[in-house]
This record gives sequence, structure tokens and C-alpha cells, in this order.
Amino acid sequence: MVEMSLADVHHRVVETEATVRGYERGLVELAERGTDMIVMDADLGASSGTTEFRRHFPDRFIEFGLAEQDMLGVAAGLAQSGHVVFVTAHGMLAAANAWDVIRSTICHAGLKVIVAGVDAGFSSGGDGCARQSLEDIAVMRALPGMTVIVPTDAVEARKVTLAAARIPGPVYVRYATSRTPVVTTDMTPFAIGQGAVYRQGEDATVMACGVMVYEALKAARQLEDQSLSVRVVSCPTVKPLDRAIVNRAAVETGAIVTVEEGSTIGGLGGAVAEALAQSARPTPMRIMGIEDRFGESGDHEQLLGYFGLTAREIGASVREVVTRKKAIAAGQDTGVPE
Amino acid sequence: MSPTPNELREIAKVIRRDVLTMVLEAGSGHVGGSLSAAEIMVVLYWNVLRIKPDRPAWEDRDRFVLSKSHAAPALYAALARKGYFDVRDLLTFRKLKSRLQGTPDAQRTPGIDASVGSPGEGLSIANGIALSAKRGGKGFRVYCLLGDGELQEGQIWEAALTGARHKIDGVCAVVDRNGLSGAGLTDEIAGLTPLADKWRAFNWHVCEVDGHNVEQLLAAFAEAESTKGKPSVVIANTVKGKGVPFMEGKAEWHDRKLTADVYEEAMKALS
Repeated sequence: MVEMSLADVHHRVVETEATVRGYERGLVELAERGTDMIVMDADLGASSGTTEFRRHFPDRFIEFGLAEQDMLGVAAGLAQSGHVVFVTAHGMLAAANAWDVIRSTICHAGLKVIVAGVDAGFSSGGDGCARQSLEDIAVMRALPGMTVIVPTDAVEARKVTLAAARIPGPVYVRYATSRTPVVTTDMTPFAIGQGAVYRQGEDATVMACGVMVYEALKAARQLEDQSLSVRVVSCPTVKPLDRAIVNRAAVETGAIVTVEEGSTIGGLGGAVAEALAQSARPTPMRIMGIEDRFGESGDHEQLLGYFGLTAREIGASVREVVTRKKAIAAGQDTGVPE
Repeated sequence: MSPTPNELREIAKVIRRDVLTMVLEAGSGHVGGSLSAAEIMVVLYWNVLRIKPDRPAWEDRDRFVLSKSHAAPALYAALARKGYFDVRDLLTFRKLKSRLQGTPDAQRTPGIDASVGSPGEGLSIANGIALSAKRGGKGFRVYCLLGDGELQEGQIWEAALTGARHKIDGVCAVVDRNGLSGAGLTDEIAGLTPLADKWRAFNWHVCEVDGHNVEQLLAAFAEAESTKGKPSVVIANTVKGKGVPFMEGKAEWHDRKLTADVYEEAMKALS
């Protein structure tokens, strides 16, 4: 377990940056270190985070155009020859349009291909539902052997990019194209498969990934004023899930809220629920995310608010699970709320 | 010491008999599209591919990608007869824990260069392997067998663009143009004709041959290898179910189960 304390996020001016910029820095850094790598892009232009890489290492870059399936297939061919291959595409076009190629030719063969899904969550904002990636985590999680990572912020996204290059099998990382708060620093440890406790607490735990980590920290700060002690756990690796940190949260706080910028079906919440339901201690839970709906146009921050992914809503969910925890302890559990 | 054309024709018969035996024993499998590919497979494995069956992972070997993965029986028969594994292993095809899965699995089977299973995905992999060879200054070639049914998949045409755009002359695609998919005539279903013109329009070098004529196949592969600056495709006009008269040209033999009686009759035709 990694423990750390953050500056009081409630009171400081928060720096923001798109996580795709961390991808960009990570790619250049890997190449400078002499990694035998190839980066591909599917017509994403400046938003994809490959701009700096292609400028410095044009001979290791391939622009594929709008041909995600072929691009993933070529990646399989390159990867089996030993190159570290980064494939950059819009999140849902990689995760869904090319899903079977990822499944049949990359995952089934256990090939080392890093799929960078850009425009994570609502980050493409005004483009609307077709261009928003809300189901990518669910469909990528279902693939045998696939590692799935949602970086917390741009600083961590760089570390994720470096670490992904060392994973022997396939990896899916989603990167946001609009600015989100930076909550970690270069010194914050990151390891694939490990969650991190960003704030200790005893009454309940909020487990979050991506931009929602910041909202969770804000919520915990606000709940402190209401005499609720809330643990905040960052879970950038959705698969393989850090079961130890989940189990500790269940045992030590007895109530869990998960929150993610994606579908409530099959994402981080699903992973945590699957783990807890089969553990020695099933725990009152609330899964926050996009509830079986499509997105729509708006700016990133507006959309998070519209879909209830804010510190305030997280606070309400925490109060709800704490109430249920107490009811169960008193033998008055009313079951799942309507 | 390459086999003569007559010897190649005899080996193709052996492959066809192996295919029937495997599918009978497995209780399922794709006979029609395996029989149509027999000469293509034999010419490649006995005369064209630079391979060392005792060293399946030899780095400089030519690669083969079976994009029409349902023809796995023909490929497994060729690999076994080349000595990659015991011929008796063919009887384990499609069975639990077998190294011979329903579609090729590079992690399980010696001699398989790429795991493929879904239609339309193999040519992209072949392009990727060949691009890697080009970057590494390797001279090996990559052959990719396509079915004409799977040419209905859009990804094939994405890969056709990529092959020409990157001038991947290390790739030679082969279309087993037997004219039938499981549902019927590929031309009625998707209108592939004129197929050679389509590939030419995508900037590929095209050789069109009788896919059961080993001399024509040999000449086409030689022409493809000497063609530089663009990828090549050999359109091999074939007959589905070739070699077993009552199966020839019949869509139902795409994947129909073999009974013992049918098997005996088919084996007689191939004796």
C-alpha cells in the first residue's frame, strides 16, 4: 500500500492539464531512453499526444489514418517481432471498433501492444455521445490478459506510459484531451496493479479513478466538516484490481463508494463489486458513474456536473452507504435503496 | 531439392486425405475451403517458403499467415507432413487440450507464425510483420492466404491501402478464389468481380492463376517475389471441395460434418 497526504485540495489553486500531455511526455522519454518502439496514430492530429514524438522521431512514427482495425492488426504484426508498439486512437474506436482485432490477434496471442484510448470519458465534450468514451473500460476489462489503466492526472499519465512499456502483454490506457486537475506530483509513487490511499478515513471509503480522484478528495474534505472521516483510494489500475486495498477498505471502513467517468456497468465499480461480493466481507456499496445512458454535448466540466459526478454527489453517496452500514450493524438493514 | 510438379500434385492428395481424416475424427471442421487450398499450401510449404521445420522459430524464415483461418486442417496437414510435429497429432484436431485448435494459435503450434481466428484480420498482421522486417533490414517474405468470402470484411481493404501506401513488397497475399462462402456464391453475396481490377486499383501487383495448377502457382510466386515497390496478390481461381467430385463447387461442404460413409467415398476419389 502506498500512503500519502496531499496539500489541502480545497484551498489551493489547482493546476490543470490534459492527461494526454503525460502520454506525450512519456513517449518522448521512452524513445530518448533508447526503447525499440513504434508509435501509431489514427488521424487524431494535435489532440492525440503524438505530436512531439512524431516531430523528434519521425522514422518511428506511422500515421494510419482512419483505419483503426488495420492499425491494430499491423500493431500485432510489429509486436510479434519484438517492438514496443503504442497505438493511439480515439477511445471508443480503439476499444469498440477494433475490439475484435485486439481480442483475436493481440490478446489471444498475448502480444505486447499498448492501446492509448484518447478522448477519455467526456473529455471531447461538445463532440457528443459518439465521440465520448464511456464504455471502453468495460469492454477492455473483459479481454483475457488485458491490463486496463485510467491515469489520475497528467503527471501520473507520464508514469503510466513509462510503466506500460514494461508490461509483457497488452495494455489499454485511456487519456483525456481536456484539462483536469493535477493532484499528484513527480514524487508520488505509481505502480501498475496498486491503488493508493490518498487520504485516511474510518467511516467509509471512496475509490476513484481518473479525474474523479480529485472530486473524491474534495468530497472527503467537505464531509470532514460533517464529522465523517472518509478514506480516499485512487485506483488507476482497474485491471488487475488491487484486491488488497479493496479488502482493507471493506474491513476497516465498512462502506464503499466507487466513482468513475464511465459506465456503471463493468467498470471500476463493477470490478470492486465483483471482488467484494466474493470476499469474506460483502460491504454496502454505491457505484457512481454514467448509469446505462449515452453522453451528450457540453463542456467537460458541465457534463460531469450534469451526470452527477461531483464532490457534492459523492458526498451524498457516502452518507447513504454510511447510513446503510449503520442500519446493518443495528440489524435494521432495509436492503438496496429504491 | 524441390519436389517436381508431379510430386507436388501427389503431396496435395496426401494433404486432402489428411484433411478428410482430421475432420471425420474431429466430428466437425471446414472441408470445402481446405480442399480448395491444397495446391496453394503445398506449393508454398514445399517450394516457396524458406523455412526450417526443425527450427520453427528461426528468425530469418519466411512467414505464413492463414487469414482464412477455417482452412486450418490444410495448414496443419502441411505442417505435420513437413515435420513440424508428429502426423498422428492431426487426429487431435479440435479436441480438448490439443495443440491443433479450430483456428491457428501461434502459442500452441510449432510452425504457426500468427494467431488468427476472425475473418478479415490476417492481412494487417502480415503487413505488420513485413514492415518490421523492412525496418530491421531482414529479407524474409510474408505470405498471407485469404478466402474470397473474407474479402467482404472492410479491414481487408484497409490493409490493402496500407500495403500499397507503405510499398510493402515483402508481402504476397493469395486469394483462394473458390467463389463460395458458407452462405453461397461470393459474387452474388458481395459482388467481388472484377476482383483483379479492385486489387490493381489499390496499387497491388496482381497475378491471376488456376489455383490447382502447381506450375502456374510457382510462376506466380516467382513473379510476386521479383516485383519491387508494391505488394503482390496472387488470385488463385479454385474449386471449393476440389478433389472430391461430389463436394466440388457445393457451398454445403463448407463445414458439413463427415459421416463414415461419406468419408470412405471421398477417400476413394483421392486414392
